Amino acid sequence: MKTTALNAGPVSSAAEPEKDSRKGESKKTSRINRFMVSPSVLVLALWMVIPLSMTIYFSLIRYNLLYPGDNEFVGLENFQFFVTDFGFMAGMSNTLLLVGAVLLITVVLGVLISLLINQAFWGQGIVRILLISPFFIMPTVNALIWKNLLLHPVSGVFAAIWKFFGATPIDWFSEFPLFSIIMIVSWQWLPFAILLLMTALQSLDQEQQEAARLDGAGPWALFFHLTLPHLARPIAVVVMIETIFLLSIFAEIFTTTGGGPGYETTNLAYLIYSQALLQFDVGLASAGGLIAVVLANIAAFFLVRLIGKSLTEKQ
Amino acid sequence: MLSLKQRRSLNTLLMGVLAWGVALAIFFPIFWMLLTSFKTEIDAFATPPQLFFSPTLENYTLVNERSDYLHFAWNSVVVSFGSTIIGMMLAVPAAYSMAFFETKRTKGTLLWMLSTKMLPPVGVLVPIYLLFKDTGLLDTKTGLVIIYTLINLPIMIWMAYTYFKEIPKEVLEAARMDGSTLFQEIWRVLLPMSKGGLAATVLLSLILSWNEAFWSLNLTASEAAPLTALIASYSSPEGLFWAKLSAVSTLACAPILIFGWISQKQLVRGLSFGAVK
Amino acid sequence: MNNNRYLSAVMAVGMTAVASSAMAATKVTIGTVNNGDMVRMQGLSEEFEKLYPHIDLDWVVLEENVLRQRLTTDIATDGGQFDVMTIGMYEAPIWGEKGWLTPMKDLPADYDMADIFPSVLGGLSHNDTLYALPFYAESSMTFYRKDLFEANGLSMPDQPSWDQMKSFAEQLHKPEEDQYGICLRGKAGWGENMALITTMANAFGARWFDENWKPEFTGPEWQNAISFYVDLLGNYGPPGASSNGFNENLALFNSGKCAMWVDATVAGAFLTDETQSRVADQIGFALAPQQVTSKGSGWLWSWALAVPVSSDAKEAAKTFITWATSRAYSQLVEETYGIANVPPGTRTSTYNNAEYLEAAPFATRTLEAIGNADPNDSTLNPSPYVGVQFAAIPEFQSIATQVGKLISGALAGSMSVDHALKAAQSITLREMTRARYYSN
Repeated sequence: MKTTALNAGPVSSAAEPEKDSRKGESKKTSRINRFMVSPSVLVLALWMVIPLSMTIYFSLIRYNLLYPGDNEFVGLENFQFFVTDFGFMAGMSNTLLLVGAVLLITVVLGVLISLLINQAFWGQGIVRILLISPFFIMPTVNALIWKNLLLHPVSGVFAAIWKFFGATPIDWFSEFPLFSIIMIVSWQWLPFAILLLMTALQSLDQEQQEAARLDGAGPWALFFHLTLPHLARPIAVVVMIETIFLLSIFAEIFTTTGGGPGYETTNLAYLIYSQALLQFDVGLASAGGLIAVVLANIAAFFLVRLIGKSLTEKQ
Repeated sequence: MLSLKQRRSLNTLLMGVLAWGVALAIFFPIFWMLLTSFKTEIDAFATPPQLFFSPTLENYTLVNERSDYLHFAWNSVVVSFGSTIIGMMLAVPAAYSMAFFETKRTKGTLLWMLSTKMLPPVGVLVPIYLLFKDTGLLDTKTGLVIIYTLINLPIMIWMAYTYFKEIPKEVLEAARMDGSTLFQEIWRVLLPMSKGGLAATVLLSLILSWNEAFWSLNLTASEAAPLTALIASYSSPEGLFWAKLSAVSTLACAPILIFGWISQKQLVRGLSFGAVK
Repeated sequence: MNNNRYLSAVMAVGMTAVASSAMAATKVTIGTVNNGDMVRMQGLSEEFEKLYPHIDLDWVVLEENVLRQRLTTDIATDGGQFDVMTIGMYEAPIWGEKGWLTPMKDLPADYDMADIFPSVLGGLSHNDTLYALPFYAESSMTFYRKDLFEANGLSMPDQPSWDQMKSFAEQLHKPEEDQYGICLRGKAGWGENMALITTMANAFGARWFDENWKPEFTGPEWQNAISFYVDLLGNYGPPGASSNGFNENLALFNSGKCAMWVDATVAGAFLTDETQSRVADQIGFALAPQQVTSKGSGWLWSWALAVPVSSDAKEAAKTFITWATSRAYSQLVEETYGIANVPPGTRTSTYNNAEYLEAAPFATRTLEAIGNADPNDSTLNPSPYVGVQFAAIPEFQSIATQVGKLISGALAGSMSVDHALKAAQSITLREMTRARYYSN
C-alpha cells in the first residue's frame, strides 16, 4: 500500500521477458511466476490484511478489554489521544535516536573490527567465534546480563572497574538511560555488522590493493578509495536489516528501564506496549500501532530511496 | 632499525593482540554470565565482583528441580525448525520466480513484504489473540510455527532472492534445454548453486525464532512454552536471583550458541545478502 | 489423620470427574508469580496430586509483570488458558465485579474462614462476595540495622515519623563505606515505587482522588510528600535509587549496604535468612513511618488464587486453591521447608503458634501492620476509592505507571518535583476524562 511509489524506478531489462519474442515462453513465465509467488504473497497478505483490518476497526471504536461490551464508534478520538500523549514526542525522538546511534556505532565499529581481523594472526578462528557470539543471545537475556551483572551501580563489573580507578561508579540506567540502552543494543547487533563486513572484506581485490600501494597510496587513501567503496553495499544491507529490527526494539527496554526514568527511554514500541497492556485500551493501542506502521513506512521509504536501489538491482 | 619484514611481523603481532583484546571484551558478558551461574547467590552479588570463588552446581540443580528444561528446549527446537522448514518451502519458490521471472511488480512486492516486518507486534496482540482463541491455536506449537513463519518470511524471501539473482540465467536455461522439469531445475541446479546462501538463510531464521520473546510469551501457557518463557519464570522474583537466572540463561542460550559456533563458517560465507560480488 | 476429610473431598470431586470425562485426569493449569512462596507451592504439587490422583497440575510460572499482562489478556478475551490465576488485591474486586471470576462460596467447613484476617478477605471481595482465596498477605514496615543504630546511639521508635527517618538517615549515611542511610523503592511502576510513595503520601495527608474523582497532585500534601521523598532518597539513598525496586533493595540490604529500608513485610523472611543475608542477626523491625497521620501509612497486599469463569475445570481448580490456602497446606510447608516459610499474613492461627513467632522475629510486627491497614479507610480526608497503596479502579494501573515514571524522573533529577507533579495532575485528569468519570 505504501511501496507503490518505489515502482517508479526504471524497469530493468530482466523485467521484460517479452524481449525474447517467445510469446509462449512469456505466458508460461507469468504463469509460473504467479503460481510460485502466490503462496507466500497470499499468506503474507492474510497476515497483513486480517490483523490490519481488525486493527483499523479497533482504532475507530472505544474498546477497552476491561470494559467489555462498550464499543461505541469514536472516530479519530483514539488517534488524537495517542498523539497528544505525554510520551509521544519523546517516543518519536527516542526511536530515531536509538536507531540512528546503534546504526552509527555498529557500522563504524563493525568496519574497524572487521579490518582488524582481516589479516591472518594467531587464533583468528577463535577470535571470530568470540566476536559473533552476542548475536546468538536472546535479547531478554542480553538485557538481564547487562542490567544485573555488568551495569549495576553497586555490584556490577563496571562499578568495580570505576572503583578500581578511584572514580565514583556511574549509575548507568538513571544517569545515562538512553545511552545504556544504545550500548546494550549495539552489543547485540555489532556481531551482525562484523559478520557481513568481514565476509565482504575477504573478497576485496588484493592485487588491486597491492598495485595502489606500489603507486604510493597511503593506508588512509587505500581505505577511503578502495576499501570503503567496496564496503558500501554490505553497509547498506546492515543499515537496512538493522533498521527493520531496531524500529521495534522492545525487550531490552522492558527488561531494563521500563521506559524511564521519566520518558527518557520510551520509544514508540514501548509506548504502545504500555498503553495496550497496562491500560488494556485496545482502541488506543490499535491507533498507536497504525501510527507506528505509517511512521515506519515513511522511514522505510527514505531508507529505500537512499540504499534500497542498490539492493534490489543487480550490481 | 627494524627491517621492513620485521616491522610487518611486529605489526601483525600488535594487530593480533588488539584483535584478541577486542574479542575478549565483546565476549566478556557471556563469559561473566557463565561464571555467575556457578556462584552462590551471595557470591553473585558480592562487591567487588569475584573472579575466584568456590564453584557450585546448586543453581543448575535448583533449576532442574523446579522446571522441566527439556520440555521447554524441545518446544524451542520444534518451533524454530518447524517455522524455518515451512518458511523455506514458501520462500524458495517465491524467490525463484522473483529472481528469474522478474516483472514490473516484483520490486514492489519484495519491499511490501519487508514492510510487513515493521508492524509493531504489540499493536496487533489483541487481534491475534482473539483469532488464535477462535481457531484453537492458543498454547500450541502449531500456532507459534505459524506466527514465526510469517514474521520471518519476508527476510527469508529477500535473502534467497539476492542469492538467486547471482546465478546466471543461462545456467538455468541450459538445464531447461536439456529437458529438465521445473522441479529438477530447482532441485538439481538452483539449490546446489546457492547452497551457502540458503544455509545462511536457514541459520538466520533459526536464530530469530529461537530468540523471539514477545509472541512466545503471550501466546503460550504451559504446553507450547519455549525457552524464552523459561527465562521469564526466573527473572526478577522476590529475593536474590542472579545466579539462578544466569544458570537458566546459560541453559537457554547454550544450544543456539553452540549451534551458531559450529555453523559459523556457513554463516560467514552465506550471510552476504548478495552484497559481495 | 486428615485423611478422612480429604477422602470425602476426593470422592465428591472424583464423582464429578467420572461423570464428565470417563476417568481421564483433569488438567488444571495454574498461572502464578515466581516468588518464593509460590515456587514452594509448585514444589509441593506432588503432595497434592497424591491426595487427588485424578487432578494433574500444570504450572505456568512467570515474572510478575509478564504474568499480569498474560492473565489479563486471557481473562478479558475469555481465552480459557488458565484454570487457576494468581492475582492481587487490585485485580480481585475489579475482575469480580465484571463477573470474570468464580465466587468463592461453599468452601468445606474445615477451611475455617473465620481464621483468615477480615481485612484480607475484604480486599479480595466485591459487594461482600469473595472472589479469591488469599495465599499470602503483606503490609509494609520499617527494617533497620540494630548494630548500626546501637553504634551511633540511636533508637528506633515503634512507629517513627518520616522526619525522624530523615534524621537517622543523615547520621547513618556513609557512602564512602558503601553504607547508605536509607533504601527505598525508586523504580517506576504502580506496584513498585508508587506502592511506597502512595503510603508515604497517605502519611502526609494526601489522597489519589477527592470525592469527585479529581486528582490532587498540585495540592500541598502531595507536594510535601514528593519533595520529602526526593530529598530523602536522593541525598541519603544508594546510587541508582531510581532503578531500585523491591529486589534491588533487598539485595542491597542483605549485603549490608542499607541502614534502613521501608518495604513489604515479606522481606523479613529474606532478611533474617542466613543463607541469603550477611546481616541476618542484626535486623530490627518497626511499623512503616507516619507523618501528619498514621492512616494508610502501611500498605495491604495479598497474592490470592482465583478461578476464572472461562476455566473448563472449575471444580478441580477450586479443589486446588482450597488446598493451597488451607491450614493443612501451612502444615505441609512447615514440615517440608521449615516453619519460617509458612505463607504469612492470612491466618490468625499462624500467629497464635508460638513456634512461628519464635522462628519469625518479624511476625508480631507483620501482624500489627496488617491489622492497622484498612483498604476502606486509608486517607486522612475521605476518598471514593478502596485500597491503601492503590485505588481499585481499572484506570489506576495505567495512571499510576505514568505517575510513577514522572516521580522516578524527578528522583533521577531529569525533571523538577514541581514539573513532575503538574504533569501527573494533567495525565490523571486526562485518563479519568477519557474513562468518563466526569460528566460535564
